[in-house]
Amino acid sequence: MTALALTFRRAPASLIAGAAVLLVVLVCAVAPGLIAPYDPLAFDYGALLQPPSAAHPFGTDQFGRDILSRTIAAATIDLQIAIFATVGPLVIGTIIGLLVGYYGGIADAIFGRLVDLVVTFPFLVLVIAIVAVLGPGLSNMYIAIGVVGWVFYARLMRGEVQVLRGQDYVSAAKVLGYGEARILLRHILPNAARPILVYWMTDMALAILLGSSLGYLGLGAQPPAAEWGVLIADGKNFFSQAWWITVFPGFAIVFCGIGFSLFGDGLADLMDVRR
Amino acid sequence: MSGTILKSGPVADAPIMTVDGLVKTFPLGRSLADVLGGRPVRAVQALSGVSLTVRKGETLGVVGESGCGKSTLARCLVRLHEPDAGAVRFEGADVLGLQGYARRAYNRSVQMVFQDPYGSLNPRLSVGDALAEALTVHRIVEGGAVRERVGELLDLVHLPRDAADRYPHEFSGGQRQRVGIARALAVEPSVIIADEPVSALDVSVQAQVVNLFLELQERLGLTLIFITHDLRLVRHISHRIAVMYLGKVVETGDTEAVFTAPRHPYTRALIAAVPQVDPHQRSAREAVRGELPSPIAPPPGCPFHPRCPIAEPQCRTVVPALVPRGGPWPVACHLAGPADAPEFIA
Amino acid sequence: MMAAPSSALLDVRDLHVRFATARGEVRAVDGVNLSVAPGETLGLVGESGSGKSVTLRAILRLLRANAAITGEVRWQGENLLALPEKRLRDIRGKDIAVIFQEPMSALNPVISIGRQIDESLVAHTALDAAGRRRRAIELLDLVGIASPEQRLAGFPHEFSGGMRQRAMIAIALAAEPKLLLADEPTTALDVTIQDQILKLLLRLNRELGMGLILVTHDLGVVAETCDRVSVMYAGRVVESGPVDRVFTAPRHAYTDALLRSMPHGGAARAPLRPIPGQPPRLDRAIAGCPFAPRCALVEDRCTVEAPPFAVVAPDQRAACWASDRLAAREGVA
Repeated sequence: MTALALTFRRAPASLIAGAAVLLVVLVCAVAPGLIAPYDPLAFDYGALLQPPSAAHPFGTDQFGRDILSRTIAAATIDLQIAIFATVGPLVIGTIIGLLVGYYGGIADAIFGRLVDLVVTFPFLVLVIAIVAVLGPGLSNMYIAIGVVGWVFYARLMRGEVQVLRGQDYVSAAKVLGYGEARILLRHILPNAARPILVYWMTDMALAILLGSSLGYLGLGAQPPAAEWGVLIADGKNFFSQAWWITVFPGFAIVFCGIGFSLFGDGLADLMDVRR
Repeated sequence: MSGTILKSGPVADAPIMTVDGLVKTFPLGRSLADVLGGRPVRAVQALSGVSLTVRKGETLGVVGESGCGKSTLARCLVRLHEPDAGAVRFEGADVLGLQGYARRAYNRSVQMVFQDPYGSLNPRLSVGDALAEALTVHRIVEGGAVRERVGELLDLVHLPRDAADRYPHEFSGGQRQRVGIARALAVEPSVIIADEPVSALDVSVQAQVVNLFLELQERLGLTLIFITHDLRLVRHISHRIAVMYLGKVVETGDTEAVFTAPRHPYTRALIAAVPQVDPHQRSAREAVRGELPSPIAPPPGCPFHPRCPIAEPQCRTVVPALVPRGGPWPVACHLAGPADAPEFIA
Repeated sequence: MMAAPSSALLDVRDLHVRFATARGEVRAVDGVNLSVAPGETLGLVGESGSGKSVTLRAILRLLRANAAITGEVRWQGENLLALPEKRLRDIRGKDIAVIFQEPMSALNPVISIGRQIDESLVAHTALDAAGRRRRAIELLDLVGIASPEQRLAGFPHEFSGGMRQRAMIAIALAAEPKLLLADEPTTALDVTIQDQILKLLLRLNRELGMGLILVTHDLGVVAETCDRVSVMYAGRVVESGPVDRVFTAPRHAYTDALLRSMPHGGAARAPLRPIPGQPPRLDRAIAGCPFAPRCALVEDRCTVEAPPFAVVAPDQRAACWASDRLAAREGVA
């Protein structure tokens, strides 16, 4: 309890601001029904393409659906994308990076070539190619991102571990006769975690952008489900007469992205032991 | 103070550790052109046949300049490096073949204190956790007794008991070095290898840590291998010294005897090169000319011959053996006296 | 206020350096007075954080932008701290040269040593190309680099640590400076190489009549090379005087304690006499003498009233209330 209080007192402003933004997104994602004024899927032929007003703060689309409610409801899928598309790569990449960085040798050489291979392809093109093979849809999108994305985590982790394994406290742990699992998990991993957690935060924001891009291209979430990318795609045909259909979901992406970035920055500060 | 930490014993002449012909090379990376061109693998000759004896309860000072292999030697002795050839014996038993449990048991007996007080402690472990870890991994004490023993260890190195709850970055360099010493003592070793343990500290703080080593050795009957480039310090704290040059021990004997009448020209140069605090002992002459040779391509014969003021033709070809040569302690110099063992051209 | 000897080459008066940091203002240098006569070697000695390097860099305003420097640095009738940057650049390198601890970071890795000496010669002399080449070879020879003609084409990474420091000194000497500032020039070197570089600096000092300020943490280095010494502690000069007097009859309790804390030959395995505690933090105002909390000779007034930097013996000054008691005691050794 005191540790929690201490953490809160030491918490940097950016961490608190980021957490506040993400909390808003989280509430929208978990209980859209509580906040959204309308059913996001309900048609209202009496209010087609209405501009923002008191009744519809973000306006309505070509079926009279409330954009505010659809933007809120989309948080469910988009937050899901942010998490599901990144947790797999985070875990797999961390483990592989840790092992390859610590033990080196042949596995490290093979990993190095794999990194070269992956970074020479544009990430988006690679993901689109994999989704095209597997078929559109969220699950396949997660698989596609996961297949490529872990490499970036592993590369980051490997670099950190290669530096840390030469540190004297790691040598001291070896001389003290500690087992390798203990050295890896207690002495190396916690000290290597900071950059990878910060990158994870950025990656979640990027995953939402990527998910939205794929949604826009029709390869991710499928209509009529509300997803920010899908919403933007929906609005593109009406952009000249009804800008609000496109712009407000766009704001939501930016808002959520800022939340992750601030939280990541704050996390980096908080995890700096010398603070 | 708990009785089990105290391991006082009389200083005996019996060797506790022996090192015999230790060789360690570090291969350098090769470019593709090297491989295709069939060039031989180049390597740093860190240790080229080091032999030493460490007696129970003594302080052996190992001195030398950079590239002489003293840190590599320390790391080989605690098995952070695997030597290419040679033997290390601890209480008569071979050390280099130990694996698993036996190896951990060996490391319990032979511990290390590192040079860099900022790099040798895990920044995310509190001092108490770091000490408790060493105690619990080896089941030295268990349960509620751990905290008490952590307190005793802090007492032993003269840190306040509340240091246990603090993190490494909250301490000064000298205090962190005390934590490193306490951690090494946690597993109740009989030998501590200290690799430049005070060279990162200011003079006035150095003295605090040196005194701690002297006191602990007295109280716990520790054997200390003290590795340093600081001749003033090594003269002060060692019973015996070994002078290293380019991967070899060139002279070893009782500290005061060696300092008073060094037999190897390198030892003489090293002692002369140390700046004296007494301004009346100034000299305008360089103690020794020339640069330290590269350990990638050490000179043939005696490694010191290119800088030696008294080198003779045989020094350029014949490697001098570390033998007494008619004197009271071994020295690897042809001109110190005739060898009492065969020597080889290299 | 210290009246400078009229013969002084460089005269530093009441120098203050404050750094604005996230944790507040740090008084790194707090009222330092120094002077160097032509051809004299002055040792500036102290432990880490004592302000010795900052003082040296402040002389030529080689500090970061967050440093506020006040006081006076008199050089040939001018105050270096008040000069326009352009005028100061003429003096740097030409009249006053600097060498640092880590020559590798002070040398440009992609330019040959010969070119780097040449640049210095172009900037500070009127020699033609052939003359500069001849001079460069002379300089390398002067600093003890063998086969200087071949070495001119060499790059810094091809030189050993000692050779790089020699090359650095050669570059510094190119303009025949009247004063050389050396910041821990041998700390990164092995003891036999340190010995060579110190002897080189001494020889140059004697042969060229060049003044030298040598910043070091090593009392032995000062004893071997310097005529005079200023001992720094917590941003202040606490004692200054001729080396043989300060080292044999110190009149400041810190100098005394520092000398006593060092291992002396002949007292093997006797406990050393460390100075307890740590130097004070410089981001807080210090009442009285900064050494008082660690001092064995402390008296009541030490913690309230800062001792004046007073003349305690001919040519020797110390800022210590216990100065007379120290004089009454026997020497260090």
